Amino acid sequence: MGRYVIRRLLQMIPVFIGTTLLIFVMVNVLGDPIQGLCGDKACDPATEAQLRSEFGLDKPLWQQYLTYMGHLFEGNFGTAFNGQPVIDLIGTAFPVTIRLTIIAIIFEIIIGIALGVLTGLRRGSPSDTTVLLLTLVVISVPTFVTGLVAQLLFGVKWNLIQPSVSPDAPFDQLVLPGLVLASVSLAYVTRLTRTSIAENRRSDYVRTATAKGLPRRRVIVRHLLRNSLIPVVTFIGTDIGGLMGGAIVTERIFNIHGVGFQLYQGILRQNSQTVVGFVTVLVLVFLVANLLVDLLYAVLDPRIRYA
Amino acid sequence: MPDKLPRNAGDGAIAPTGAGGAMDIATENLGPGNAPGAPEGGGVEEARSLWSDAWHDLRRNPVFIISALVILFLIFISIWPQAIASGNPLSCDLAKAQDGPAPGHPFGFNGQGCDVYTRTVYGARASVTVGILATLGVAILGSVLGGLAGFYGGTGDALLSRLTDIFFGIPVVLGGLVLLSVITNSTVWPVIGFIVLLGWPQISRIARGSVITVKQNDFVQAARALGASNSRMLVRHIMPNAIAPVIVVATIALGTFISLEATLSYLGVGLKPPTVSWGIDISSASPYIRNAPHMLLYPAGALAITVLAFIMLGDAVRDALDPKLR
Amino acid sequence: MRGATHAKWAACAVAVALGATACGGGGSGGSGSGGGSKGIVSASWGDPQNPLEPANTNEVQGGKVLDMVFRGLKRYDPKTAKAQNWLAQSITTNDSRNFTVTVKNGWTFSNGEKVTAKSFVDAWNYGAYLKNNQVNASFFQYIDGYDQVHPSTGQPTAKTMSGLKVTGPQTFTVRLSQKFSTWPDTLGYAAFSPLPSVFFTNHAQWLSKPVGNGPYTISSYTKGSQMQLRAWKKYPGPDKAKNGGVDLKVYTDNNTAYTDLTAGNLDLVDDIPAAQLKNVKADLGGRYINTPAGIIQTLAFPFYDKRWSTPNAQKVRTGLSMAINRAQITKTIFNDTRTPATDWTSPVLGSAGGYKAGLCGSACDFNPAQARKLIKEGGGIPGGRMTITYNADTGSHKEWVDATCNSINNVLHNDKACVGAPVGTFADFRSRIAQHKLTGPFRAGWQMDYPLIQDFLQPLYFTNASSNDGKFSNPQFDKLVNQANAETDKTKAVQLFQQAEGVVRDQMAAIPLWYQNGSAGFSDRVSNVALNPFSVPVYGDIKVK
Repeated sequence: MGRYVIRRLLQMIPVFIGTTLLIFVMVNVLGDPIQGLCGDKACDPATEAQLRSEFGLDKPLWQQYLTYMGHLFEGNFGTAFNGQPVIDLIGTAFPVTIRLTIIAIIFEIIIGIALGVLTGLRRGSPSDTTVLLLTLVVISVPTFVTGLVAQLLFGVKWNLIQPSVSPDAPFDQLVLPGLVLASVSLAYVTRLTRTSIAENRRSDYVRTATAKGLPRRRVIVRHLLRNSLIPVVTFIGTDIGGLMGGAIVTERIFNIHGVGFQLYQGILRQNSQTVVGFVTVLVLVFLVANLLVDLLYAVLDPRIRYA
Repeated sequence: MPDKLPRNAGDGAIAPTGAGGAMDIATENLGPGNAPGAPEGGGVEEARSLWSDAWHDLRRNPVFIISALVILFLIFISIWPQAIASGNPLSCDLAKAQDGPAPGHPFGFNGQGCDVYTRTVYGARASVTVGILATLGVAILGSVLGGLAGFYGGTGDALLSRLTDIFFGIPVVLGGLVLLSVITNSTVWPVIGFIVLLGWPQISRIARGSVITVKQNDFVQAARALGASNSRMLVRHIMPNAIAPVIVVATIALGTFISLEATLSYLGVGLKPPTVSWGIDISSASPYIRNAPHMLLYPAGALAITVLAFIMLGDAVRDALDPKLR
Repeated sequence: MRGATHAKWAACAVAVALGATACGGGGSGGSGSGGGSKGIVSASWGDPQNPLEPANTNEVQGGKVLDMVFRGLKRYDPKTAKAQNWLAQSITTNDSRNFTVTVKNGWTFSNGEKVTAKSFVDAWNYGAYLKNNQVNASFFQYIDGYDQVHPSTGQPTAKTMSGLKVTGPQTFTVRLSQKFSTWPDTLGYAAFSPLPSVFFTNHAQWLSKPVGNGPYTISSYTKGSQMQLRAWKKYPGPDKAKNGGVDLKVYTDNNTAYTDLTAGNLDLVDDIPAAQLKNVKADLGGRYINTPAGIIQTLAFPFYDKRWSTPNAQKVRTGLSMAINRAQITKTIFNDTRTPATDWTSPVLGSAGGYKAGLCGSACDFNPAQARKLIKEGGGIPGGRMTITYNADTGSHKEWVDATCNSINNVLHNDKACVGAPVGTFADFRSRIAQHKLTGPFRAGWQMDYPLIQDFLQPLYFTNASSNDGKFSNPQFDKLVNQANAETDKTKAVQLFQQAEGVVRDQMAAIPLWYQNGSAGFSDRVSNVALNPFSVPVYGDIKVK
């Protein structure tokens, strides 16, 4: 187990190098960022050349990459075009996004699994149908619209929350954005749980447990749910990426200056320093998240072992 | 406004998919061994009888029949939209922009003054093609790779898992801008290819997790003890029992892929005019939700019906193949 | 509710771990209606793209701050756009080439340093010098010696421009490389602001909190989230701030800012999102303004592409112009925040400044029959199909491009004659233009730098001019512009420019689409809100109830 974890942690090194290289090349393929800096006018060629050498863009790509990696190992993530150190951007954006993600995942776990168990045990019931309809709404109506409507209702009409999140972005202000962010994933979690529960409720070990006379609640939680969670846990693990790096719509609607927003801006402005910095940190998060998911497999199903 | 810019499916997840994919796999492999504990043996006859059992069930299942009919209808209008819409989706009169229903225009007009009904019908082609093919591609690629990784474990698993980690790290926006911006034609293929490329890691991890669980089961151990080959175990025993989560995620993902196409269009790298799609219409109607909700209602409704049909179909197929529900 | 309390503590513990500063209290500090504190205006803002140096800011978000923090030799009247002497006592010339500038006494920077002739000369030399990477360096291109500090290729051979000489504590002379009679009127642009010596001695400190000579001082600046500006009590100018200060808040999306305004959390939103224009009257009543700004949108053509530069292609271009139903598009797509263009300048210039309504004549009238005729005579659209290229990442260009194409298609009875061609990023869009990769018309927007007709013509249509993206070239046009610049009499100069504009019309060098307005909404806490001709709110005049 310990060796397994260490091996997994060591695998981070090649992944780290691979990702940074890949993203570095991708941002470069995007085109020439200097063209965007002078607004609707063309930069004069001299300024263009000067800016290019200032940002090191006049060097061959491999050299830019090596320089960047060299700086990275000194803890220097480079500078955004507006003169702000990327490490500062990371330092302000990630805590906000992590808080938002935590809330979203809590919603996924609590609401998603509860609805999944409910509908899985009562397939075909009115509650099952209602949840299915909600699922369809969430999938076919864009997050933009769900978010906007929620914001107008809660923030403007009923005045229950502030429509926009303050720069500090404390947990309480992130509840509604977190719910909006989680909405599509909630559909997945609910239906995954529902299917697993429906599939497993007739399995031998559940019958045995029921036959032993265990209370229904205990059978559901200890036996049925626990064995049904593996796909759900896997899904949530893969969803972290979508939640953290991809919350662009939610972050824009609620004015959250998080990772999704900064990454989007960095990409549009083709600022490789920002993009590579953010993606690097994100990939580290996925590595840890997927390690946790694999370890959870063993917790949920003791037959699974890691050497 | 991008309606979903995110990495994985929109603000949620780009998940993979596979309704149809799952079905194909089912037809080929699901037969025998679907019953836990069913020992090797089970010849061709038995396989056929298990599948024909399932087919027998399905034929009598109204949910299956209705959803299959809906899907056939969607495919029909994708091929021949003129059958039910006589207008031209590209003929627009700005003077009628955002107007409500009028005689001959039951769904009203969109922001450019085009007929919403005609566009919804014509939009099926691109959207249904993207939805089904991307879902199939993601489901097949993801479940094959993930299934093998989960079954064999070891170095291959480590390699594949780290590869998926890297893929998870690529932001959809960046990937879209880099990979699709060089493509100038307006067919659906680059979009489908892109979604498959970025979507498979999620199904792969789901399939992998599922296979890891299933391979611990007694019937698999029994089959192994009886000397079944790896490929036989995978195909006969593990895949059929591990496919349920893949079906679930795939059917929902079908809907998110159709929306994702709109995100790509919003970024200027997806389907381009004059192509008509639900995704494009949904995303351009979204900002006007307060003033002209009907512009959003119909394409989004069509998307919802499509997703519903595939979810129900997936459910029915899964139930029919699950021996425990017999 | 024990459970709830417990959860809150747990949440706080995590929050602390994550570096959140606000815990326990909940909500942000005491924001009542309008969100600002007493006498303070809270306004929407976007993250400036470049560091806030005057010669390095070319977009409106950074421009907002410079407009509050700096005053230059001239200032454009917020209503009429007329250039007025501000820090300049006088700017005199005999030959439209050598100017003597006298700076008023009694002006200081907010740190107490006197504003002298040197403050200007040093600032301009800094702005022009190649190695300082200032994106607005080209504003100094008319000054003698610019080529030495900013050669178009290679390294600079001088650090200061030979055309600038400090001749006394408050006087300096400027020698231009060519005759340019209206040059003094360009000096209201932010790039010509004076800079305090701390800018040069401690640049990093200055950047973190810029110091200027305008009616406001920056009291705090958190990059990426907000800037607090406070009225400078000792401001020596006549346009003292009428409020206590302005809090600029960065919004990720102007829709959110608008929602915050309707919820009473914000006082001022400039640039109302297009989708909200239909309900803006219902939401805000009279607290909505929509005023002309010095911005014109056009469709430019790739003249480097032979198919668009044949003599006959002029007929196609004019025909296309007549196939666009401007009135309907501005009304339906833009809810009247754009006005159909009938010349190539902007109404904010005023007729004395060179704006001439109807100069375009029938070429800008929607006339389907004539349009079809002209396009046919010109040999049809090159290749039978054309695209209108635009960038998808900023502004909502898709809607008007689609509407424009639909208009053209309807006129030509061909639903595929014109389609929009989005490009993912602005930078990519610009580089395709620069590399001459576009084969059809493309979006071209022009926001004036200074309210002169020259600025709407020379940079855009003069041979090889800096923003002549389509590479239009016409000797007659160039000759008229040169004559106009040399003309010392303003009225005559304007007439010559209008003649040049006539060449643009006859050649249809670019299709004028519409003049853009600035729009803004405000809360009931504030009054006297206006936008200047650059569509920047006149912050200093806003009164808080």
